[in-house]
Amino acid sequence: MDVTFSLGLQDISAIMPELAMISVGLLLLMLDLVVKRKEIIAIIGVAGALVALYGTVSVYGMSESQTVFADMFLLDKYSCFFKIIFYLNVIFTICISFKYMAIEKAAFGEYYALLLFATAGMMIMASAADLMILYLGLELMALSTYILAGLLRKQARSNEAAVKYFFLGAFSSAFLLYGIALTYGMTGTTNITDIATSLFTLGIHDSPVMYLGVIFMIVAFGFKVALVPFHMWAPDVYEGAPTSITAFMSVGPKAAGFAVLGRVLFEAFGSMQPQWSAVLVPLAILTMVVGSVIALAQSNIKRMLAYSSIAHAGYMLLGIIAGTPEGLTSTINYLMIYTFMNIGAFTIVIMLRREGFQGENIEDYMGLAKSHPMASALMLIFMFSLTGIPPTAGFIGKFYVFMEAINAGYTYLAIIAALFSVVSAFFYLRIVVYMYMKEPQNEIVLTTSGPAGIVLAITCLAVLIIGIFPSILLSLANFSILG
Amino acid sequence: MVPLNWYIILSAIMFSIGVVGFLARRNLIIMFISIELMLNSVNISLVAYSHYLQSLRGQILVFFIITVAAAEAAIGLAIIIAFYKNNPTIKVDEINLLKG
Repeated sequence: MDVTFSLGLQDISAIMPELAMISVGLLLLMLDLVVKRKEIIAIIGVAGALVALYGTVSVYGMSESQTVFADMFLLDKYSCFFKIIFYLNVIFTICISFKYMAIEKAAFGEYYALLLFATAGMMIMASAADLMILYLGLELMALSTYILAGLLRKQARSNEAAVKYFFLGAFSSAFLLYGIALTYGMTGTTNITDIATSLFTLGIHDSPVMYLGVIFMIVAFGFKVALVPFHMWAPDVYEGAPTSITAFMSVGPKAAGFAVLGRVLFEAFGSMQPQWSAVLVPLAILTMVVGSVIALAQSNIKRMLAYSSIAHAGYMLLGIIAGTPEGLTSTINYLMIYTFMNIGAFTIVIMLRREGFQGENIEDYMGLAKSHPMASALMLIFMFSLTGIPPTAGFIGKFYVFMEAINAGYTYLAIIAALFSVVSAFFYLRIVVYMYMKEPQNEIVLTTSGPAGIVLAITCLAVLIIGIFPSILLSLANFSILG
Repeated sequence: MVPLNWYIILSAIMFSIGVVGFLARRNLIIMFISIELMLNSVNISLVAYSHYLQSLRGQILVFFIITVAAAEAAIGLAIIIAFYKNNPTIKVDEINLLKG
């Protein structure tokens, strides 16, 4: 096989957002040596993400998707949609980190550079047209987040989170590689579209080896999106990592995991849909059940939100299981909504942290409404949205995912999902009950900052606006998948 | 010439040893070595497939895997050292601060 390849202007222009992300990250590493005020570094980081956002938005409307770098890198509407989630995620995370990292005495400049590198990794994952590039993007994301999870290196909790995340992450990427190797051996290629063609021409879509390869890849992506039984790392890492990184990890790697799950399963293994749906159904049920039930028993809010994010991964999986383009649309719609509501909730959690006070226990929210009515009202909106109560966006997300599951004939899955949404109402609304119906135990002083206020305003508005006018986001999601 | 099957079986056995080692051993360093064993078993099968299919993709991926594994080792060992400074143990059973 001979491959001729020359680097053209078209190749470079297609990866402009990634280049912007990585070069700003490198710039931050150098600036860190000379700039004493870390806020400046953070602002440059946000600026870099905004430049990349502009680059992505300006090509969003294009009619044709293009593959560059000898069919390695794919620029299409699907990847653009996910990149917007990643930009929102990184911008929100940087905004809520300003004060928090100073309180944790970990105001390092590398922090912002690593956030940008991790985001670049996610973007490469979403745009990968080849399993090799997918692997490289995944590792760029994973290696950066391992470091971020252990950034508070004086704290035993953070060290432990990093160790657990690193070991299980590395273990899962070995599974991904074994899956890629099996697929490569059977189909003779690693290109995602060529795999689909080979499966068809060689007629091997029901061979057991292919089946094994797909299962190994699902295991690896399942680790990234924290599906049960590959979720063991999530609660520990979410609890031990710095809260801002928990917010980052609960959205970014999960969205990236769903991006590649959608891309690989729908495009490469589309002809094996009955097989992989059969694998995903029990995983989805377990994920929803375990996530919702164990969250009931948690007393630490970061840990509770970790189990909640596991349960949400289960709901999102319904759209993938449906196996239709409409199902995938409902999943990416859910992911965008989840980004807003989850980061909003974590922003409130981060505001409770102050010098000498962790503010991570659920009891700390007792009587918050008396002293801080505004923050409590926002937390109420985010908790309602995570539960899925109209008119918040969370309801819209769940509604469309359930509807697509029913349309594809998985009515029992939708019923299970609806039942466990009710269970999840218990632990989300418990926070609301604590805030509004209990007497305050100790005085709570919120650590407020301008950027965190902006994040709260944007996320809250987005949750309400999408909840009331869902067509705005739905048409965008539809446009990204169906064109 | 050694047939393809042998390489694939060797790779599968190595991968299984790696998985069992990761799950059964309780020492962080041994677990890390098990992960490296898993990665290298993948390399063997990729190179074997690449030779069999007469396509270079597999070998290119092997180079990427080796490079990433080196980066992973650097980060992993750094994380283990940072961990060891606060809690002087590398036994997994004693890493139980976070649970519930």
